[in-house]
Amino acid sequence: MKGFILSLRSEFYKSRKTLGFWAAILLPLIICLLVSAGFYVKSAKMVNMPGLLVWMAFSRAILNVMGSLLLPIFVIIVGYSVNSIEHKADTWKTLFSLPISKWSVYSAKYAYALLLVFICLLLFLGLTVGLGNLLGILKPELKFSEYSMSKALTQVYFKLFLSSLGILSIQFLLSLLWSDFLKPMGVGFVCTIIGVILGVTNWEYTYLFPYSHQMMALRNMMPRIKGRGTAPEFVIDIFTKDVYVGLGIAVVVFIAGFFIVQRKSIK
Amino acid sequence: MVIQTNGLTFSFGSQPVVKSLSLQVPEGSIYGFLGPNGAGKTTTIKLLLNLLKSQAGDIKIFGLDYEHHREEILSQIGSLIEQPAIYGHLTGRENLLNRALLLQLPESRVDEMLKLVRLSQFAQRKASNYSLGMKQRLGIALALLSDPKLLLLDEPTNGLDPNGIIEIRELLIRLVKEHKKTVFISSHLLAEMERMATHVGIINYGELLFQGEIKDLQSISAPLVRIETANTVDAANLLTKNGYAVTDVTDDHLFVAWQSKQQTAEINHLLNQHGYAVYSIHKVQKDLEKLFLDITQTPAK
Repeated sequence: MKGFILSLRSEFYKSRKTLGFWAAILLPLIICLLVSAGFYVKSAKMVNMPGLLVWMAFSRAILNVMGSLLLPIFVIIVGYSVNSIEHKADTWKTLFSLPISKWSVYSAKYAYALLLVFICLLLFLGLTVGLGNLLGILKPELKFSEYSMSKALTQVYFKLFLSSLGILSIQFLLSLLWSDFLKPMGVGFVCTIIGVILGVTNWEYTYLFPYSHQMMALRNMMPRIKGRGTAPEFVIDIFTKDVYVGLGIAVVVFIAGFFIVQRKSIK
Repeated sequence: MVIQTNGLTFSFGSQPVVKSLSLQVPEGSIYGFLGPNGAGKTTTIKLLLNLLKSQAGDIKIFGLDYEHHREEILSQIGSLIEQPAIYGHLTGRENLLNRALLLQLPESRVDEMLKLVRLSQFAQRKASNYSLGMKQRLGIALALLSDPKLLLLDEPTNGLDPNGIIEIRELLIRLVKEHKKTVFISSHLLAEMERMATHVGIINYGELLFQGEIKDLQSISAPLVRIETANTVDAANLLTKNGYAVTDVTDDHLFVAWQSKQQTAEINHLLNQHGYAVYSIHKVQKDLEKLFLDITQTPAK
């Protein structure tokens, strides 16, 4: 456990000056700020919208850019960047000749990639809610204050996080095995495109393909009326079969990856 | 023995790289692991660090095996393999701090190491902007950081200028003499090893050709009579006809296997008798460099 924590701290120390780390922070910041600026400038168009719809328009604008296209690419980059730092510096040999178990080194790296995706989505959540409320204060004619979407958005982003785990595990392992930038990236991009196509065509087995999971996670996000006379509420089913498939793939690939690392010769 | 291997064997695919290697590295020695490029030196060091898994044979380090004592062994080894492994986007000091974090060492140790390898004034510079020699010194600092009992160094003087080479040599000698460390150092430069090694192993085509104390290596090299004369080729023919074993002929010198003082006088007499002017004649120890070539240039089997 000590080795794991030390390795995790070292991962942060090493990567804090790299693009992979900053992407996790800058991506949500830039997208959320741009969308907010758009809403601020074009607020006149949405004056007559009820609070629920304004929130939906606002969060969807962010989620549509992020969720279906950028998130898979971001996950691919994160999986690549935590491993490329060692490929580039030729440091696998030193990493595996430290008095720290291979399991700790490997799992800390994986955990760090997971953490970056988590931080990125957490920032998206925080910024969406925070900037939505800020817009409500700056432009009271936008009826953000009428409705609170924090709970639904928390569920949506949590589901997006779970949906990312399948891709992350696969990309993490590919990037660990291949030092070449193009190979894991190429596989990742092709699979993402296939994932989008499958997501659009609504094929009945799409849920088995992890690169479609994020798109699927975003789909059934429609408000439903719960009970009579109550305000409409989002009902988000987090644990759907695609999420289970994603989690299953993540666990299997993670464990398989460890056995590969264990046997891997460091050339 | 700090390092003891038995029948250590490793192949990349069907290509054998290390063949049944049995190394004996005693405590407190500087063991020079010599061989030309591609002889299997780096592979051997990677085997000793458990980075590669041997296909046959066993390795004992401090009397322990990797199967049950991996972390215990590695906690006492500092290593530098091939080009130093350095994060280019971090400064020299940050590279050391990162390692200190992993090994739970105090920050003061980092500054000590920077001073030791004379990088203090470049500590804040990005490591990617270091010269090859500076990178090599940082690599050595990384290897020494945890104050390990055993140092495994793969060609550590590569890329260093003569001053740097002397500094590293003196540092290693000091570590062994004053701090009772053991150093296993690979090189293709025999002269360099001659100046610091106490023990030598010579490897070629993955096979250990010689292992022992450096003085044993010198003693197995038979002495020669070195003769400076005008017409070396004809003189060599004359000596051969008279039953002397001529080992080498150059433009100015010829070499004959030394047998006795008497025989040296006879050679001198014979040459003079036949009109060859002898400018100098004396007994020499076979040059270690030459001996190394003799041993390693045996064709691959």
